[in-house]
Amino acid sequence: MRDLRQAGPIDQGEDVHNAYFDAATATPLHPAAREALLAALDDGWADPGKLYTQARRARLLLDAARATIAQVVGVRPDEVTFASSGTTAAHAAVLGGLAGRRRIGATLVRSAIEHSAVLHAGQRHVRDGGAEVEVPVDRLGRVDLDAWARAVSGPGVALASLISASHEVGTVQPVPDAAALCHAAGVPLHVDAAMSLGRGPLPAGWSLLTGSARKWGGPPGVGLLVLRKGTRWVSPYPADDRESGRAPGAPDLPAILAAAASLHAVHAAAEQEGKRLSALVDHVRATVAATVPDVEIVGDPVDRLPHVVTFSCLYVDGEALLTALDRRGFAVSSGSACTSSTLQPSHVLAAMGVLTHGNIRMSLHRDTTGAQVDRFLAELPGIVAGLRAEVGM
Amino acid sequence: MTEQTPADVLDCLGRRCPLPVIALARHLPTVPVGAVVRVLADDPAAAVDIPAWCRMRAQQYVGASSVDGSPAFDVRRLS
Repeated sequence: MRDLRQAGPIDQGEDVHNAYFDAATATPLHPAAREALLAALDDGWADPGKLYTQARRARLLLDAARATIAQVVGVRPDEVTFASSGTTAAHAAVLGGLAGRRRIGATLVRSAIEHSAVLHAGQRHVRDGGAEVEVPVDRLGRVDLDAWARAVSGPGVALASLISASHEVGTVQPVPDAAALCHAAGVPLHVDAAMSLGRGPLPAGWSLLTGSARKWGGPPGVGLLVLRKGTRWVSPYPADDRESGRAPGAPDLPAILAAAASLHAVHAAAEQEGKRLSALVDHVRATVAATVPDVEIVGDPVDRLPHVVTFSCLYVDGEALLTALDRRGFAVSSGSACTSSTLQPSHVLAAMGVLTHGNIRMSLHRDTTGAQVDRFLAELPGIVAGLRAEVGM
Repeated sequence: MTEQTPADVLDCLGRRCPLPVIALARHLPTVPVGAVVRVLADDPAAAVDIPAWCRMRAQQYVGASSVDGSPAFDVRRLS
C-alpha cells in the first residue's frame, strides 16, 4: 500500500517519484541555457543600444544570439525579433500583420485550435472593428483544408494564422498546403511554431512565425517574432527604437543568450530526442487504451508532435484527477473546464468534438525517463478507478 | 415546429461536469430502447461532452435546444 506523497518543495528535483510531464507549458532549463544564463548575468547587463564599451559588448552578444536563432529557423538575422514572451510575440505577429494589411482588408482567418494568445489577439481585432473567420478542424484536430481554402480566398482577408501543431493534442497541421492556399490568395500566413521549434524541420510557406524559448529548454521571458523580409507589418505598440521598432522595452539579454544556446543544443539533438520521446508517447497511447476503460485518446496517433499525448477519462472530474496525480508525484496539464481559470472546456477539445472532462495532457521532455512513464502507466488505472468509484461509476 | 417532448427530463442545472454526463449515463439504461432523455445542463462542457458520450457509448445524440432559457440536450437510447 503506497503512502500518499506529501506536497514537497517546488525545487524538489525530478526523479522516478517526482515526474514533470508538462513540457508543453514550460520545460526545465536546458544545461546549455543555464550555463549561458549564469555567464551572461555578469556580462550581459549593459544596454545593447548605447555606444560605450560595455554596451558594444552587450550588442555583440545580442547579435550572436540573434544569428544563432536565425540559423536554426533558416532566416536572416534581421528577420528575427526578440519579444518578452511567446504570448506577446503572437499578439504582435497577429495584430501587426493585420495592421500592415489594413488597406487590403480587415479579416483574420484562423483555425479553431490556435493558442489562446492568437485567439485573444483576434478578439481584440474584432473589438476594434475587424472581422474573424474561424476554420474548423476534424475529429483528430487537423484543420479542414477545403474550409481553409474558402476562407482565405474570401474578400478582404488581411492575414491567416495556423498553428504548426496543436499544443493541446499534438496533431501536426498541414501548414505547407495551407500556406500554398494562402499564397494563391495573396494572404500572408502567420504560424505559431512554439510547439515545433527545436523539434525538427519547420514547415515552409509562412511570412510570420512566432515561438517561445521556455518550450525548448530556454528560460521564460523570451519570445520569438520572425518577419520575413517584405512582409507588411505595422507595430501594434507605441514607438520604441528597440529591436528595429518591433518589440518595445529593453531585451532580457541573459535570457536571450540562454534561449539561443538551448535552441542550438536541442536543434542538434532533435531527431534522436524526437524518436525517444515519440516511442514513449506510443507506449502511453497503447497502454492507456489497454488499461483504462472508457477513455478517449485524442489527436492523430502518427502525424503528431513527438512529445505530446492527451486523453480524456469518462466520468472523472479533471481537477480531482490532476490533484490525485500530483499527490502521486505526477505533474500534468488538463483541458477540462474545472481545471481552467475560465471554467470553460478547452476550445481545442471542443472544436474536435472529443470528450473534455477527465482530460490529461502529458508532454514529455529531455529529462523524462522510461521509468517515470512506466510508473505513471502503472498507477493511472487505479487512480481513475478510485475517482470513478467515488461517484458510483 | 414541435418535437416530441422527451418522457424523461434530467435536471442537472447548476451541476458542473462531469456530473451531467454521469447522471445521463446512469439514467439512460433505465429507459426503454428508443426513448429520449432530455438533460438540462448549464455546465459549459455539457454541449461538447454529451454528444461525445453518445459517440463513445453508441447512443444517439438528438440535438440541443433551449428550455426556459436553459440549455437542453436530447439523447435517444439505441442499445
